[in-house]
Amino acid sequence: MTATAEAPPQAPAAADPPVHKPSVRKRLVPYWLLLPGILWLLVFFVLPMIYQASTSVQTGSLEEGFQVTWHFQTYWDAFTEYYPQFLRSLLYAGTATVLCLLLGYPLAYLIAFKAGRWRNLLLILVIAPFFTSFLIRTLAWKTILADGGPVVGALNSLHVLDVTSWLGMTEGDRVLATPLAVVCGLTYNFLPFMILPLYTSLERIDTRLHEAAGDLYARPVTTFRKVTFPLSMPGVVSGTLLTFIPASGDYVNAELLGSTDTRMIGNVIQSQYLRILDYPTAAALSFILMAIVLIMVTIYIRRAGTEDLV
Amino acid sequence: MRTPLAWLRRNLVVIAGLCTLAYLILPNLVVTVFSFNNPTGRFNYSWQEFSLEAWKDPCGVADLCGSLGLSLQIALWSTLGATALGTAIAFALVRYRFRARGAVNSLIFLPMAMPEIVMAASLLALFLNMGIELGFWTILIAHVMFCLSFVVAAVKARVLSMDPRLEEAARDLYAGPVQTFLRVTLPIAAPGIAAGALLSFALSFDDFIITNFNSGNTVTFPMFVWGSAQRGTPVQINVIGTAMFVIAVLVVLAGQMIGNRRKKAQTK
Repeated sequence: MTATAEAPPQAPAAADPPVHKPSVRKRLVPYWLLLPGILWLLVFFVLPMIYQASTSVQTGSLEEGFQVTWHFQTYWDAFTEYYPQFLRSLLYAGTATVLCLLLGYPLAYLIAFKAGRWRNLLLILVIAPFFTSFLIRTLAWKTILADGGPVVGALNSLHVLDVTSWLGMTEGDRVLATPLAVVCGLTYNFLPFMILPLYTSLERIDTRLHEAAGDLYARPVTTFRKVTFPLSMPGVVSGTLLTFIPASGDYVNAELLGSTDTRMIGNVIQSQYLRILDYPTAAALSFILMAIVLIMVTIYIRRAGTEDLV
Repeated sequence: MRTPLAWLRRNLVVIAGLCTLAYLILPNLVVTVFSFNNPTGRFNYSWQEFSLEAWKDPCGVADLCGSLGLSLQIALWSTLGATALGTAIAFALVRYRFRARGAVNSLIFLPMAMPEIVMAASLLALFLNMGIELGFWTILIAHVMFCLSFVVAAVKARVLSMDPRLEEAARDLYAGPVQTFLRVTLPIAAPGIAAGALLSFALSFDDFIITNFNSGNTVTFPMFVWGSAQRGTPVQINVIGTAMFVIAVLVVLAGQMIGNRRKKAQTK
């Protein structure tokens, strides 16, 4: 059975009962449907990864050309030189993800359970900002967080900036060009990717479960902790992944809202590839980033998966 | 317990949710307000005075509307490509059992589970190694590649919730395979395909990271905005941003109204 499935062009063995076997032509249909798209992914997604792997173990220069010399030292050198940027990327992306969850959950909850006839309008308002180019919106944060502007003034008079300065998130009485601005931009940019999966999983919850919890004398907080939140875990998991993964490789927010002290690993990879033209180091850096993200995501999914079962 | 504090506690979720919404909308408001600004320097970051200049002549900046047209063109072609390829894959995955299904599923999932910069850099490595000149075609290839997975996800969700008995019924009524597909399958799958197409259009139109790596000297709209952040941002960028926001909201509202009317017509 399996042998014939593996090599579909071959006719099934004569001994097989012909009634249950679909014709060869029919069995080939899924493969014909898959062929163009999968070919596209193999040539423009898998093959590039292989090329990048080979680039990362090359040595040479732009003038003399690059040769594959299996120079794995590049990985170690790249990591030891740029580990502050790796750490910073993970820290910023992690903080932004947590903030997205904290900010996004109430809004997703509001849309799913409390919005009533406003639900569609609120959903449109969540999605609509997407349609203004995210670069334009990120640049708008430069205006919002401008030195001496109303936002910075308000934060200053509420002594918020004293706390964030103490945490190392801001410097003096400015927000632009500090880690806080970068985290704020990252949180803003990826917030919809958190809200939409959260909303989808909250919306599926049967509200009768809330009533049942109330009938069993659970207070609203207990209902949330024991019923709503566990049932929304699929949304929490996919939301955090959709936020953390792109945020960890982002360099737009760090470039537009940050300074040289807030460079993330994306900024390094971008400038190595497009400005310094040190392709082996750039390739090694992006493979290290990929490995870190894949490992963290795998561990996280395992953890979240077991938590879900408890 | 009718104190303001109790009221605040009861409506905490609503208040927090609306604050988040304000956080989401605030930059759009700023973009809109600053599209009526008349800045003094090269940058449009601080308010000077009200002006309609930029709205009268949105294409008054060199290359701005050219880059916009190019982005629309690329978004259109990559949407067509990704939707066609992705819909076929989604149907194969949902409707057929075949051996490589698991492998195909993970191949589709991987581009979505990887930082965009890793894909962008690896494509650049491919093009550099092959000596392919960067430009329109390399952007298009890249956009079809990363939009594909999202189309598959959107169409798959719709086809999964579809009752296969409808197709059996069509066949029982002597409809041929082509007829069944065109008159039954395709109309039911259409909302999923439309959602996938819309998503890939938006993703392609707004993509910066992958385009930044693979565009060479070709300037799409996001590339233009990126460049202007260094050289000086013309007010016209805010005009385009505002117009995009308004058009999008109108299109979505129109779609909603049509949907509602249809629902009403069906229940009658």
